[in-house]
Amino acid sequence: MIYNATVLIVIMGLSALLFALPLKLKWHGMFALQLLTAVWTGWAAVDVLINDTGIMDLPFFWLLGSEVHLVIDRLSAYFILVVNITAITGGLYAYGYLKPYTKSKNSTELSIHFFCFLWLHLSMLLVCVLRDGLAFLITWEMMAVSSFILVIFESDKKETIRIGINYLIQMHVALICIMVGLIPYFASFPPFPLFLVFFIGFGIKAGFMPLHTWLPHAHPAAPAHVSGVMSGVIIKMGIYGILRVLTYIHTDLLPIGIFILVVSLISGLLGVMYAIVQHDLKKLLAYHSIENIGIIGIGIGLGIVGVALSIPALAVLGFTGGILHVLNHSLFKSLLFYAAGSVNQQTHTRHIEHLGGLIKTMPKTAYLFLLGALAICGLPPFNGFISEFLIFSGLFKGLKTGGLTIDLTILGTFIGLTLIGGLAVFCFTKVFSIVFLGTPRTEAPRHAHEVGRGMLVPKIAVGLLILSIGIVPSAFVGPVSRVTQIFTGDTSLLAQTSSTLSYVSLGSLLFIGLIIVLWNVRSAQQKKASVGYGPTWGCGYSGADPARHQYTANSFAESYREIVGPVANVEVQYNSFREEEIFPGPRKFATHGRDFLEDYLVSRPVRFITFWLEKSAIFQTGKLQHYVLYALVFLVSVFLLTFFKFI
Amino acid sequence: MIAWGFILTIASSLIFPGIVMKTKAILEGRKGPGLLQPLFDIGRLLRKGSVYSHTTSLVFQIAPVMYLASVIIAAFFIPFGETSGLLSFECDFVFFAYLLAIGKFMMIIAAMDTGSGFEGMGANREALYSMLVEPAFFILMGSLVLLTNSVSLHDFYTNIYSSSHLTYLLVIVGVFLLLQISLVENSRLPVDDPKTHLELTMVHEVMVLDHSGFDMAIIHYSTGLKFALFGSLIANFLIPASASVGTQSIVFMLVQIGCAVLIGISESFRARNKMAKNPQWILTLSATALIVFLASLILTHKFMDIDPVGDGTHCFSGLPDPYP
Repeated sequence: MIYNATVLIVIMGLSALLFALPLKLKWHGMFALQLLTAVWTGWAAVDVLINDTGIMDLPFFWLLGSEVHLVIDRLSAYFILVVNITAITGGLYAYGYLKPYTKSKNSTELSIHFFCFLWLHLSMLLVCVLRDGLAFLITWEMMAVSSFILVIFESDKKETIRIGINYLIQMHVALICIMVGLIPYFASFPPFPLFLVFFIGFGIKAGFMPLHTWLPHAHPAAPAHVSGVMSGVIIKMGIYGILRVLTYIHTDLLPIGIFILVVSLISGLLGVMYAIVQHDLKKLLAYHSIENIGIIGIGIGLGIVGVALSIPALAVLGFTGGILHVLNHSLFKSLLFYAAGSVNQQTHTRHIEHLGGLIKTMPKTAYLFLLGALAICGLPPFNGFISEFLIFSGLFKGLKTGGLTIDLTILGTFIGLTLIGGLAVFCFTKVFSIVFLGTPRTEAPRHAHEVGRGMLVPKIAVGLLILSIGIVPSAFVGPVSRVTQIFTGDTSLLAQTSSTLSYVSLGSLLFIGLIIVLWNVRSAQQKKASVGYGPTWGCGYSGADPARHQYTANSFAESYREIVGPVANVEVQYNSFREEEIFPGPRKFATHGRDFLEDYLVSRPVRFITFWLEKSAIFQTGKLQHYVLYALVFLVSVFLLTFFKFI
Repeated sequence: MIAWGFILTIASSLIFPGIVMKTKAILEGRKGPGLLQPLFDIGRLLRKGSVYSHTTSLVFQIAPVMYLASVIIAAFFIPFGETSGLLSFECDFVFFAYLLAIGKFMMIIAAMDTGSGFEGMGANREALYSMLVEPAFFILMGSLVLLTNSVSLHDFYTNIYSSSHLTYLLVIVGVFLLLQISLVENSRLPVDDPKTHLELTMVHEVMVLDHSGFDMAIIHYSTGLKFALFGSLIANFLIPASASVGTQSIVFMLVQIGCAVLIGISESFRARNKMAKNPQWILTLSATALIVFLASLILTHKFMDIDPVGDGTHCFSGLPDPYP
């Protein structure tokens, strides 16, 4: 029988051989095992989701005397496919990205890295298919630990270790919350408080605000293929967890739905608002992950509200949009991270103000980044538009049938969603133009070269998938709607939507076709007319150095900063001119976007605790006499307290 | 017949800029150029050669093409009275808005591609203003969904008057809002002054400083077409439902001309906003749209439908049933 879970166990055993392989073959070994895993699980997932053969149940291994099963239902199957796509492209990308490191890292370090990458892939798949509480927690922990080791790949930097430990601690807070939620004793509790416990646990992984504080640090610190996989799929495991918990909940749905909706709107808006003021390319993308998790959450939240109030349009379209966005985000975000990694590898900087003009030296990476940027902004004809369109249609259709409360909720949601879209456009026009367009701002981007084929192929593959979802949405919405069925039961409404979607694809195709036609007309005209080249128009003054003259990311965001003011919490460093300065010297101007949620919820409490813990350190003198004295004081006080009947 | 809305929109886009110019000239006491002068300008530009900056890349060249394509496809959605547009489906207005957004996205990055400080300024303002105006459009669409109980542009216009006579009041505000949104979308007074001479205070004009020849021509045309697009959205509200196609077409064109004249008049007597005041001004549009939304909730008996004395008569019980 082809579906035999021993395949997975064999792969797990083989993974140890990675340590024995010669340095040159380590990647090949890892990738071969990854492919094997992906093909085996993907096959089963396709069977369940597309051929619709029903739930698959396979015995896996024995744990504490009971047999653990792999259970693949439609939800698991969908997430298996999402995980496999990004894990494979990530593995492929690692080949090119890690090449420069083969000199600085020794063989064992690379073995550990590849080993963990493979195990991350395996553990994510297992998280999706294990139902047994203990086994689930074990694989969840495996996922956290392997990703921790991947994050601290550049462990020679002290900052990376600090961030890694921060990540590890937060992941364990999440683990504890999930563990508490799984205690059978609580099963009889009302669903809403129990859901909150799970939400904190899975929400930390997913990066919902204000549980997101690990995310903007861990993504930039990790190597690019790991950040791509992290942002693409690891955080989606949090979404999977929430969805899985939701399959068990049938009451209290309205408060849960509203709760998810509110948290997601906050995550979406604040995520993109913080992203705009970031100067670190990967940190900016990390904040966009929070924004997109927000969009996914909005879809799911609306879906639950729809189910609770039995508004089928809202339920079906909300869930379908949210779940499809899981796939969409994993695609365009991994693409953006891979492109950012290529830029980082070539220029050795992630500071966007130091970049510029890269479209000349790295054109393919630039266009692929542009594709990702257009997709993440939810613009047609790319995939981000499809999921946002579904959520929007759910909203507007829900508006028709809903009462006052639901209408006002929907009003708030679509205002939030349009603002998120507008802000994303603002952010990505900024980041694309500052990094890739104009002229280089420093020496770093001048010496960049296009990355090799190894790093382009995975990006192109992801790019093609993005386009195909955008152009033939019905092919992808169909399987997703089967997942939606778990939550909403009936999805007959989607038949109507699929005809709408075919019109959407018609519109997209017409748009692309018209661009091609107009471009050809333009080319024909350009052949006849004279075409000249010159410097950029500078109002008659051509002496200025364009590198200093052009707009910076900071100036692009300036007007925005003025409007949002304290919410974005930007710290400006600048000493103004004094009156007696007749010939002012050079000045520096710098801004730092600070995350106030992180400030108030993590940094300040930690600083407070550390302050008092440091104070208490006076007891730790290192002298044996003192420690004996402490013991004596303790014994005496116990004696006295007992004597006077205090204890 | 479904192409009629598209054809009329294209037709009015040809004369729209000319009418605005002519109105302004007359009000300023000048004779002014002929109505078709902007068209001749575009024609001349189409034949001209181009000069490109060394700094620019392919993005700069493809952006105007994508801009024009996005606006033309957006025009496909324009219905005509009871007939739908070339493309019409559920929530097509979302597609419509996002199409315009992708054109704008490309124009913004094209401006940034030149590496010019001025164009960066314009690009940044354009990005900010279009972000701020987006909610107003969507809230307005949301109100129309409520009022008409339908979710496509074509159904909006078919059902809008069937519910209650009070919708006429809302339509007036809706028309006003669409007009104002089109002013922001097309960078006209009071947000931006197309006639300004100082690069520092421009928005749209400064973004296209480096474009020339063919590219410039299609940018000019796209701007005119976008204006006509919003004019058509307004005109559709006002064409009489039961009249013949001929009358309807005449009314349609008259409304388009009326819009252009109105813009010409307001631009002659209005001062532009201070740059820093623009965001506030644009946000008032969203506020107005919110009022329309709340009013629609009242008209559909969803809001303030209370029974003050408890005798079964509701506050707005005089309102007819919204969906007979």
